[in-house]
Amino acid sequence: MLAYILRRIVIMIPTLLIASALIFAIIELPPGDYLESYIAELKAQGESVDQAQIEFLRQEYGFDKPVLERYFSWLWGFTQGDFGYSFEYQLPVSDVVGDRLWLTVLVSFTTIIFTWVIAFPIGIYSATHQYSWSDYGLTFLGLLGLAIPNFLLALVLTYLAKIWFGTSIGHLMDPKYLTEPMSWDKFKSILEHLWIPVIVIGTSGTAGMIRRLRANLLDELQKQYVITAKAKGLKPFKALVKYPLRMSLNFFISDVGSILPAIISGAEIVAVVLSLETTGPLLIAALQSQDMYLAGSFLMFLASLTVVGVLISDIALAMLDPRIRLSGGATR
Amino acid sequence: MTSRNDLIRVEDLRVAFTLQGNLLEVVRGISFRIKLGSIVALVGESGSGKSVTAQAILGILPKAASITGGKILFCDPKNDGEVTDIATLDRDGEDMRMLRGARISMIFQEPMTSLSPLHTIGNQIEEALTLHHTVEKGEARGLTEDMLELVGFPDPHRAYDMYSFELSGGLRQRAMIAMALICRPALLIADEPTTALDVTVQAQVLNQLKVLQEKLDMAVLLITHDLGVVANMADEVVVVYHGEVMEAGPVKEIFTSPEHPYLQALLHAIPHFDMKPGERLESLREVKYEIGSALERKNIDTDSAEPLLTIANLRKTYTTRKGGFFRDSAENKVVAVDDVSLTVRRGECLGLVGESGCGKTTVSKMIMRAVTPDSGSLTFDNGNGPVDVRALEGQALQSFRPRIQMVFQDPFSSLSPRMTVLNILREPLQIHNIGNDAERMETVTELMRVVGLDPRFLNRYPHSFSGGQRQRVGIARALALNPDLLICDEPVSALDVSVQAQILNLLKNLQNELGLTYLFISHNLAVVDYMADRIAVMCKGNLVEVAPREVLFRNPVHPYTRALLKAVPYPDLSRPLDFEAINAGGASNTQVWGPQFNVSPEAPKLIHLELGEEHTVLVNPNTEAGELRV
Repeated sequence: MLAYILRRIVIMIPTLLIASALIFAIIELPPGDYLESYIAELKAQGESVDQAQIEFLRQEYGFDKPVLERYFSWLWGFTQGDFGYSFEYQLPVSDVVGDRLWLTVLVSFTTIIFTWVIAFPIGIYSATHQYSWSDYGLTFLGLLGLAIPNFLLALVLTYLAKIWFGTSIGHLMDPKYLTEPMSWDKFKSILEHLWIPVIVIGTSGTAGMIRRLRANLLDELQKQYVITAKAKGLKPFKALVKYPLRMSLNFFISDVGSILPAIISGAEIVAVVLSLETTGPLLIAALQSQDMYLAGSFLMFLASLTVVGVLISDIALAMLDPRIRLSGGATR
Repeated sequence: MTSRNDLIRVEDLRVAFTLQGNLLEVVRGISFRIKLGSIVALVGESGSGKSVTAQAILGILPKAASITGGKILFCDPKNDGEVTDIATLDRDGEDMRMLRGARISMIFQEPMTSLSPLHTIGNQIEEALTLHHTVEKGEARGLTEDMLELVGFPDPHRAYDMYSFELSGGLRQRAMIAMALICRPALLIADEPTTALDVTVQAQVLNQLKVLQEKLDMAVLLITHDLGVVANMADEVVVVYHGEVMEAGPVKEIFTSPEHPYLQALLHAIPHFDMKPGERLESLREVKYEIGSALERKNIDTDSAEPLLTIANLRKTYTTRKGGFFRDSAENKVVAVDDVSLTVRRGECLGLVGESGCGKTTVSKMIMRAVTPDSGSLTFDNGNGPVDVRALEGQALQSFRPRIQMVFQDPFSSLSPRMTVLNILREPLQIHNIGNDAERMETVTELMRVVGLDPRFLNRYPHSFSGGQRQRVGIARALALNPDLLICDEPVSALDVSVQAQILNLLKNLQNELGLTYLFISHNLAVVDYMADRIAVMCKGNLVEVAPREVLFRNPVHPYTRALLKAVPYPDLSRPLDFEAINAGGASNTQVWGPQFNVSPEAPKLIHLELGEEHTVLVNPNTEAGELRV
């Protein structure tokens, strides 16, 4: 097991190198660079451009060096904990992202818990009461959740929250706390605002999860070993949880791998609509303004999380399913 | 009235399924009783309601089913003979759960799917124990291991931590038995416990069941369609048909003087070893068929020297990755087929028998060019000159394909549920561009008549046919391209006895009238005996014995063949299974074969020795033919 994990971690290195090359190539692809966009913007505003200053900036940011050299210095920075410099914010990337990162994690994490807490009982109930009225009703609700566009739900909920609870519109907290340091009042304000994005982002995920859990569990409930468990005299609930439910969890564990990157990047549109202080809108803006180090480091971060997430779900799958752990496949 | 001796009394039991609002009665007033410590066999075809009756006794009926009438009186000897009516108990209620698994338990047909692959067998067996008894934490494992030893696990301590997929079919079924018996129930319900197992393993498991039944003094309700098993196991027999009891009584009376026509017909439909040459099975429902002009009749010149198919030194190894997910994978070669040489003559039926995993299906797949052999040659000659099958490529291979067709084991999964019978039968003709639309339609219509199906059914989907009818569709599909050789891979092992006879007779008729050649693969020796002219026996990838049918059954030489023959349960009370002989380590255990049949240091390779009468057997080269005649 240990050797396997080590081997997987070693394989991660070339994977990430390839990913970094691709990411760097993509953010280099559009013609021009941040400085050119910056100059164009200054000119459009009718301001004069000091060639000497431009030249200074060019050297400062290393735009005069060849592409390869820039790539490697960018890459080398990662190992030193230096993720580059954001032109737009005039700050190191880690400072720009850091502020928003923990808010993003808070939103995403709450959303995931919300999804599981709602989806699991409903999925299990639907599967065990297949074709009953309650099953139809819950399935219909799930379909509604899938079908309603997120941004629409976001607007409706914000409106209702304003009318019913007087919650301020948009953002993850009351605007007056935006620039303030953390305090108890600020935390309360965040909690007050949090439920809207959680419900909005979580709804479609919950609906999808209910459907998948129901389908998987229905398959498993037909299996002979369920009858064996009943024939032993197990209580119906215990027989459900120990055997078919556990068998139907494989899909769920495979999903864990994709949850990690989604925590950081998820739900950009909702974040824009609600003007949340999360990292999603930041990434979009960085890509638009060719703020290349911010965008590149961000994408690189997502790639690393994806690779780690897949590793975690593979290890979890092997630990939970002895068939993966023990049986060797025959080859033709 | 319940007598003191009765453990369970089923009185006028009725069970109905609710299907789209309609009530469909599948058990229609079944009554029988099981005496303390006796074995009662419930015999019938699939769909006769025998399994549903068992489920009703255990309270595990499917959701759509309910008991609509009658009583199931359970009189527990441990409880001073207090009588409980199981039919009135709440299925998932406390009282029913106390009985289930503790006083009445059950084993099922499929040992693979009956155990959870995610939990160790020790965990699953122990669960049954701790559910019904309060056991000390440390003690449970010891008791579970004792039980594993009792059902014949060689190393119970190791077996406790193994998963079901690491065990062979026979051991899995033993683990199921251990799980069912660990609480020492008064009644064990065994639902087709050996149907999915090889004959030799079946004999071992049956023996184990019988030994345990006597040791633990429990009653057994044995559900089966195999009258051979019944004759060897049961004290009393209950024959059910369409949810009603046709005949019931002690096993002796049932076999010596069957009264009900259904039972008589059932007994006539089973192939047995004492059939005279040319004797035919009496199918319960004979198929009326007619052969038109679309199918070509081949003239079989039996004197023609050239065999239809010559297999020489065929070999196939599979590479498995031993170890698994986390350990370093070491390549491991498994020889599936080892140096097999065989000829199939024109117009004959060659039977290929052996236990599962012996390589018989791999041989058939290599003949079909579905699997590529490692070495050896395959030569096919239908009178137009020899063809090297292994060398065929592209267009030549495509035009060779129709010569050999296949009939599969499982009529349910071998027909696409999304295609109508018309599409299924027409597809081979389309693939090979034979005829135009009208001609294809004509051929398909005739194919239906050939297998005795009404052409009006052409637009139906496979699910609206019974198992036997589907198998006939499978045969029709195989015949569509006018093949010379038909490979039948266990064509009747998924079918009921009554339908089995019907399919076997149909295959026999078609062979005679169309001049077909069959390679008939089966693990059921009685079926092979009925069908085949010559029989080849395979063991662990080797061809151990080849002989004409009557020679092989009269004078089997190889110990493996003998063990196979001995393990077949006869539906005849005067020929009980010799359980003593079977338990000597399994049929393919080379150590008990004797030196003549094993390699020795001076002779590392076995040879096929001619014994005359076209009888060959795989022996050590230092063996004389005379030594083998016992």
